[in-house]
Amino acid sequence: MKHVVVIGNGMVGYKFCEKFVASEKFNEYKLTVFGEEPRRAYDRVHLSEYYAGKTTEDLSLSTATWYHENNIDLHTSEMITEINREEKTVANHRGVKYSYDYLVLATGSSAFVPPIPGVEKEGVFVYRTIEDLEAIEAYAKKMKSEGKTQAAVLGGGLLGLEAANAVKELGLEAHVVEFAPKLMPRQLDQGGSDMLQAKIEELGLHVHVSKQTEFIQGDKTIEGLQYIDGSALKVDMLVISAGIRPRDEVAKECGLDTGLRGGVIVDNTMKTSDDTIYAIGEVALYNNMIYGLVAPGYDMADIVVSQITGYTDKTMVEHIDMSTQLKLIGTEVASFGDAFCEGEAIDTIVYENKRKGIYKRINVSEDGSKLLGGILVGDSSDYNALFQIYNTAMALPEDPEDLILGSRGSDNSLLGDVMDLPDDAQICSCESVSKGTICSDIQDGTCNDLGDVISCTKAGTGCGGCKPMVKDLVDATLKSLGKEVKDTICEHFEYNRQELFDIIKLKGYRKFDEALDHYGNGDGCEVCKPVVASIMASIYADTANEEEVIQDSNDRFLANIQRNGTYSVVPRIPGGEITPEKLIALGEVGKKYDLYTKITGGQRVDFFGARLDQLPKIWKDLIDHGFESGHAYGKSLRTVKSCVGSTWCRYGMDESVSFAIELEERYKGLRSPHKIKGGVSGCIRECAEARCKDFGVIAVEGGWNLYVCGNGGANPKHAELLAEQIDNETVIKYLDRFLMFYIRTAAPLERTAKWLDKLDGGIEYLKQVVVDDTLELADELEAEMTTLVYNFQCEWTQAIQDEEIMKRFNHFVNSDQPDDNLVFVPLRDQKMPKLWK
Amino acid sequence: MEEILDIYKTTKVENVKVWYKAAKVIDFPKNGGACIKYQEKQIAIFNFERKNKWYACQNICPHKMEMVLSRGMLGDQNGIPKVACPMHKKTFSLENGENLNGNLEPIATYPVKIEEGNVYIGFSE
Repeated sequence: MKHVVVIGNGMVGYKFCEKFVASEKFNEYKLTVFGEEPRRAYDRVHLSEYYAGKTTEDLSLSTATWYHENNIDLHTSEMITEINREEKTVANHRGVKYSYDYLVLATGSSAFVPPIPGVEKEGVFVYRTIEDLEAIEAYAKKMKSEGKTQAAVLGGGLLGLEAANAVKELGLEAHVVEFAPKLMPRQLDQGGSDMLQAKIEELGLHVHVSKQTEFIQGDKTIEGLQYIDGSALKVDMLVISAGIRPRDEVAKECGLDTGLRGGVIVDNTMKTSDDTIYAIGEVALYNNMIYGLVAPGYDMADIVVSQITGYTDKTMVEHIDMSTQLKLIGTEVASFGDAFCEGEAIDTIVYENKRKGIYKRINVSEDGSKLLGGILVGDSSDYNALFQIYNTAMALPEDPEDLILGSRGSDNSLLGDVMDLPDDAQICSCESVSKGTICSDIQDGTCNDLGDVISCTKAGTGCGGCKPMVKDLVDATLKSLGKEVKDTICEHFEYNRQELFDIIKLKGYRKFDEALDHYGNGDGCEVCKPVVASIMASIYADTANEEEVIQDSNDRFLANIQRNGTYSVVPRIPGGEITPEKLIALGEVGKKYDLYTKITGGQRVDFFGARLDQLPKIWKDLIDHGFESGHAYGKSLRTVKSCVGSTWCRYGMDESVSFAIELEERYKGLRSPHKIKGGVSGCIRECAEARCKDFGVIAVEGGWNLYVCGNGGANPKHAELLAEQIDNETVIKYLDRFLMFYIRTAAPLERTAKWLDKLDGGIEYLKQVVVDDTLELADELEAEMTTLVYNFQCEWTQAIQDEEIMKRFNHFVNSDQPDDNLVFVPLRDQKMPKLWK
Repeated sequence: MEEILDIYKTTKVENVKVWYKAAKVIDFPKNGGACIKYQEKQIAIFNFERKNKWYACQNICPHKMEMVLSRGMLGDQNGIPKVACPMHKKTFSLENGENLNGNLEPIATYPVKIEEGNVYIGFSE
């Protein structure tokens, strides 16, 4: 078995492992990986999200067990300091040796620190690793406690702007200092750069261009930047982000050929000057260039996997595309192809809209036949289409300006039909997925929908910019195969849930049969009946007692059916706060009916093993003690979990318990497409695990941060930030809108996370609807929610007061006996059902 | 535990020896079901009002041996009347007991007749 050693566990190093694992010859090789950082490879591209609340685990590219599961030895916190090419061994900083058959250098780069006097002073940082971010965060805290707020970022490139945003996130005044006369000098022209500068200044960042720093002021600690032009900037922190330097030390030392300005020289097979050593990512010098983007790094990783496993004809393309599309500080920026085309025989078309903050430029060949490159600032929604036109050298429309102005007079999209693209058109450049791959996976039945395609090909999992185009391709291919992409509810209704919701509301139907007779066919089933019941509950504030036979079984009996056909009972304990008296009352009820008793994950008490005929008696007792239904059985709001908050906790920033109770009381009983859970944490330590909930509220300096669309369960997902630093009233306003919008538009049994996944435009679109009210729906949504809140009734209180309803709970209609089929066995001083079969 | 199932055998009208007067029509929800006890048996009876028909079957679901089918939801699959078990949504034809969405053993069905507001179930023993 050949041994492949990888030095470096960054994004490209990890991608190499992932591609290797996926190759068919993987089991003929043994992989050992060394990373000098203490953690597994993480997403450095989205590093600044660390301050927005993402954890290192969120940023991690793999699960903790991934390497082990794939039989890869991962050594973290282990730096390789020596390569012995004769012996074919590497040695770590402790002198331990490992032999290799193939060696892959994926050491990446470090932040370039320009030789400015004073960079060693306290308060000067680089921006590269999670450790750097932690150090910056700690220092920012210290500064703020001393009343200092000014921080500078040296470098106005991609990373510099990311760093500036991060500094701003920490609550500091951020100054971007750039040597060149414009921001992002490598990607943008002056016009694009000016627009970007205007937009980010609007957001509160300060930009200083054409500034060369002579030295850093201050004694031991930084106090400011002295520029060569004589002016100065008073700051108490400096983050350097002035470019990268390849980590080629260990390669240089063992005699591999390196470039004059660093980087390990490789050929188009990514081989270095040693036949058994490859270099990939930001350490590799290919075509005399270092490529600081992930996409080329991923391609390099792919090439080396092919080379090592014997597919030697797969080589790196001659010309590496450096097109990028990204979101910087809330501003869309993209550049593709030759963005500048200076001094050549070309025509440039520029569109500038200062009012809306949009700048677009395309470079067209003089004969008007080809798109050579371009720049988009403020609105990059046309990037995918433009990139395809450029990349596949498609013919341009008669008036090339239509490409950025939109065709006036017809409503054709830029590209026409996505299916007209050639098969080798690259759709996802992060993962190198072509149109042909996507379409053939659907045609041969490997994939049946967008989700399949994404998990099979990984298309759209990198920057995500290509997702709309992938979706269009999937839809168009399915359609060409005659597969209808409509997600109807079941054979009885040719509508999706949203359409049915609108129909029922518009027609004012109050009975299942009315809707079925007018808009469906057949007699209904276990799928459409509960959907209609839920829709009517959401429109008319009905309880589940309204038309019992269309309610899901749990709703019909107002309890959760469990293993042996007995039920569990969960009274509501809002926010998890309960008096000792009520807790004793719960204990008495559990004892009286001999119920198995457990504390739930939602901070309440669950009683198991109640027979159908016992349910009304148990609930009568509970209601007498002041409890009401906890709706644990319904597709409705379950709990709003809370931490103890500022009332008791020495770290608390706000009263999380009070707010959790208020939210739970507000939304209790709310019927929805699936269950809804909430959480409120009193500080960012997040003891209430609010970000694992459908809605989570976390107290921060200056208000609450509101997160939505998270869940635990089979596919855990952290909730995403919807709004920051808002007060209680605004939280409720946004939640009203968000929840009603979800209730109206989600598919049956679709949790909020999945709903958001499928929502075109994702969280940004949701923000527009909920926060900016672009659909002008806010008033309507709030009014609907208010109606539901004011008409809340406890359905168990309703049930025990109604003799008709009570009849439901007899096991037999012709006998008062209980079900004699139930058998329980003892379990740790309580009981459990006798096992099945 | 399978022997519980052995006492349930599909009964055709022509083989009925006993018409057991189980309960009143008004004891059953419209388009829903309820359970009756006959000797050792638990029988689920459904008032499928939309089809203007009554059905009866064993109350035990053969999937996990729970006495729950009477609490299931009524519906149809391509016109075949069915009940969905509340435990795991296994569906069974109410006409011949066939498991419509899996390979479970069919459930036993029984004839029902309505006379003067009373519901009768036919048994062969």
